[in-house]
Amino acid sequence: MSEMILEMRNITKEFPGVKALDDVNLKIKKGEIHALCGENGAGKSTLMKVLSGVYPYGSYSGDIYFKGEECQFKDIKQSEELGIVIIHQELALIPYLSIAENIFLGNEQERNGVIDWNSTIIKTRELLDKVGLHESPNTLVTNIGVGKQQLVEIAKALSKEVSLLILDEPTASLNEDDSENLLNLLLEFKKQGMTAIIISHKLNEISKVADSITILRDGKTIETLDMKKDQITEDRIIKGMVGRDLTHRYPERKPKIGDKILEIKNWNVYHPLHQDRKVIDDVNLHIRKGEIVGIAGLMGAGRTELAMSVFGKSYGKKITGQIFMKNREVKMDDVSQAIDQGLAYVSEDRKGNGLILMEDIKKNITLASLNKLSNKSVINESKEILAAESYRKKLRIKTPSIFQKAGNLSGGNQQKIVLSKWIMSEPDVLILDEPTRGIDVGAKYEIYTIIDELAKEGKGILMISSELPEILGMCDRVYVMCEGRITGEVSRKEATQENLMKYMTQSKVRG
Amino acid sequence: MQSIVQKTNKKGPAAGGGSNGNMLANLVKNNVRQYSMIISLIFIMLLFQILTDGLLLKPLNITNLILQNSYILVLAIGMVLVIITGHIDLSVGSIAAFVGAISAILMVNYEVPTFVAIVLSLAAGALIGAWQGFWIAYVKIPAFIVTLAGMLIFRGLTMIVLEGKSIAPFPDSFQKMSTGFIPDFGGASGIHITTLLVGILLSILIVAGDIKNRQNQLKHNLETSSQGVFLAKLAAIVIVLNLFTYALAMYEGIPNILVILAVLIVVYRFFTNRMKTGRHVYAIGGNEKAALLSGVKTKWVTFWVFVNMGVLSALSGLLFAARLNAATPKAGNLFELDAIAACFIGGASAYGGIGTVPGAIIGGLVMGIMNNGMSLLGLGIDWQQGIKGLVLLAAVAFDIYNKNKAA
Repeated sequence: MSEMILEMRNITKEFPGVKALDDVNLKIKKGEIHALCGENGAGKSTLMKVLSGVYPYGSYSGDIYFKGEECQFKDIKQSEELGIVIIHQELALIPYLSIAENIFLGNEQERNGVIDWNSTIIKTRELLDKVGLHESPNTLVTNIGVGKQQLVEIAKALSKEVSLLILDEPTASLNEDDSENLLNLLLEFKKQGMTAIIISHKLNEISKVADSITILRDGKTIETLDMKKDQITEDRIIKGMVGRDLTHRYPERKPKIGDKILEIKNWNVYHPLHQDRKVIDDVNLHIRKGEIVGIAGLMGAGRTELAMSVFGKSYGKKITGQIFMKNREVKMDDVSQAIDQGLAYVSEDRKGNGLILMEDIKKNITLASLNKLSNKSVINESKEILAAESYRKKLRIKTPSIFQKAGNLSGGNQQKIVLSKWIMSEPDVLILDEPTRGIDVGAKYEIYTIIDELAKEGKGILMISSELPEILGMCDRVYVMCEGRITGEVSRKEATQENLMKYMTQSKVRG
Repeated sequence: MQSIVQKTNKKGPAAGGGSNGNMLANLVKNNVRQYSMIISLIFIMLLFQILTDGLLLKPLNITNLILQNSYILVLAIGMVLVIITGHIDLSVGSIAAFVGAISAILMVNYEVPTFVAIVLSLAAGALIGAWQGFWIAYVKIPAFIVTLAGMLIFRGLTMIVLEGKSIAPFPDSFQKMSTGFIPDFGGASGIHITTLLVGILLSILIVAGDIKNRQNQLKHNLETSSQGVFLAKLAAIVIVLNLFTYALAMYEGIPNILVILAVLIVVYRFFTNRMKTGRHVYAIGGNEKAALLSGVKTKWVTFWVFVNMGVLSALSGLLFAARLNAATPKAGNLFELDAIAACFIGGASAYGGIGTVPGAIIGGLVMGIMNNGMSLLGLGIDWQQGIKGLVLLAAVAFDIYNKNKAA
């Protein structure tokens, strides 16, 4: 037995209504690279937040031992003092400060209360050498690429005397070369004796760098695998990640599938800011009347970007391709055109993009259909109230009245408001982006029933979801996306969690 | 959707109802902000009424109050729309001055007919608004910066076109807009009969309209206040309205400017409450992304909100020039701050999405009555400024306190 640097014992963390972590155990050996795997929502990030003190001691149960001593972190500062440093998925750099300023932010090199720029610059140079980044310490962070920014993050971590480095999806926004670089750097650090935890969806990367793997599923530790001893293949890891019983039920689908209702051809989209980065790469797909089509994929696969770029070009630049509704080519240059053509998009970000939280339920429901309720652009209030009231009943939105503020309702009821809004716009095709995210199990079933009813009415449904059981339970056909491309199309019969996961992790072949 | 409908029918009535007592509590809770504004307005009125030994609500002074504050109230109406969309406009005072100057040059120097000059001036305001709206909505420069620039640009232009001097006097027909009163049919009876009649007529219209509205709500089984509350509210409105017109009738009757103001309030209240685009204004301020993804043409609406602000700034400038009977380079100085303060005192949110036209008017009246009352008391401008500042801060602090309590 080699020495354990970190032990997390029986960690349980609850959020209102959800057990995010359920008796999780994690042991990290000194000097290894330990991978943490699991589906979206399995509890990986929550576990790391418990470890780093984002969720302070007392808000979870269980014990943390670091270098043999029990730790009760009240905030990130305390965990950082012991050398536990976390690099989050979203980079936390300040774009208009220089590399040196960013590295020593909050940790300024002072002499008598005045920043000592010489020593700051000298130390920054040393750190940049260590991570192999050849940039002047005075360069602004905004002027270097994402890959280099990631290296700055690591240099920042190194500046804190780190003994356990945690990387949350470090390569999610990097291209292949930059990812390769980063992984090699990690291996280099390992030789120098650093311990690291890496959270990643990319199994090929894990196979390359990890010494052992802990798999989480539904907030529980499933197993810890030793890469060398157990001869672990990617398929073996996938099995650990998805091997569960269906915990939710789905309404029984009796699909009546008709003609093609929406077809997208040769769809290409570039990133709105980094205009040389292709986000959607030559996507072709179609949906038929009465069909529920799933899009599976890991975070960052480009599913939301695809949906939003189709929906009135609300995402991306340099969009090319064709859209056909009912076999007729249509133009959707802005959202109101898309709505007029019979398309609806239910956003994954309910609060950020879907609802106006400070407005009442009624106004939220009718916002996309005011034309129907108005005569010469004067809104007929009684008609509006009656319409909103009918959707409250139809979708069973649990609220004392439709004059409640949308922000006061639970996630499931909020989602029903958004669905009401789009059902009211009478679309032919609904794109549902993570329609059950953050919704409790009971309400999920209700949402599934609504989706099923919509399909029965002959609407086409495109359902984006990160929950594979949901995709398998609801969809008649599934497209799988990875890195902006469609890597597979699977019928209901052929679809299993294993083969979907295989397509989901099918990165472009390197070299 | 058949199956879903059937399932819910059983539950329907239970979810819709609620006892009367509960509703009253809800009514008070939901409207605490709105009522607290009216209450504080009444409180301030009573306070100054007592402090000034009844001078404040003398017919002459009420008329003065209207004449003095009209141009700020006009600005506040436009400003509240700007603030609801989540922006700000610092340039309205300068635009008012500039348009006042243009109108003076047209009417005094070139002897353009009054009506034509007014139309041209308002069009100039629209053009200026479009200029600022373009930068804000389409180029996405923060409104604070665009209108700060506008404040300097149009103040500068005002001084240039006026060559640093005032232009006066305006033709009578133009002055009447701000200083005239509606005609009287009653002859020289000492009391303005038309004004009283207008009060009674309006009372009838309001009562009829509210009753019809209530019947409509009852028919559709919608949430309504109890009959007692409804009647009390109606009675209060009728009494206050007729006391108000009676007071005006004791002096010279309804000022022309009040007619303009009333029309604007009614039109803009209707626009914000009942029109599609009005709804879109709130949606943009509430959550611009969600509005965009619901098919709201966010840029277009924002653009027109600023065009509208330009027109109302122009109107405000005309009213001010007519009242002063001169266009001066200093006109409209600090109007923007009074208008913005009126909106915030009236419950608008600095983060956008929240605010009402009546609220802004009440906020404007609070400021106006305080100005007037403190002047009557003989307080210097130094003390007035300080006290107004404190009131603004207190109003917004109260607003935020309320919101935090609700959350």
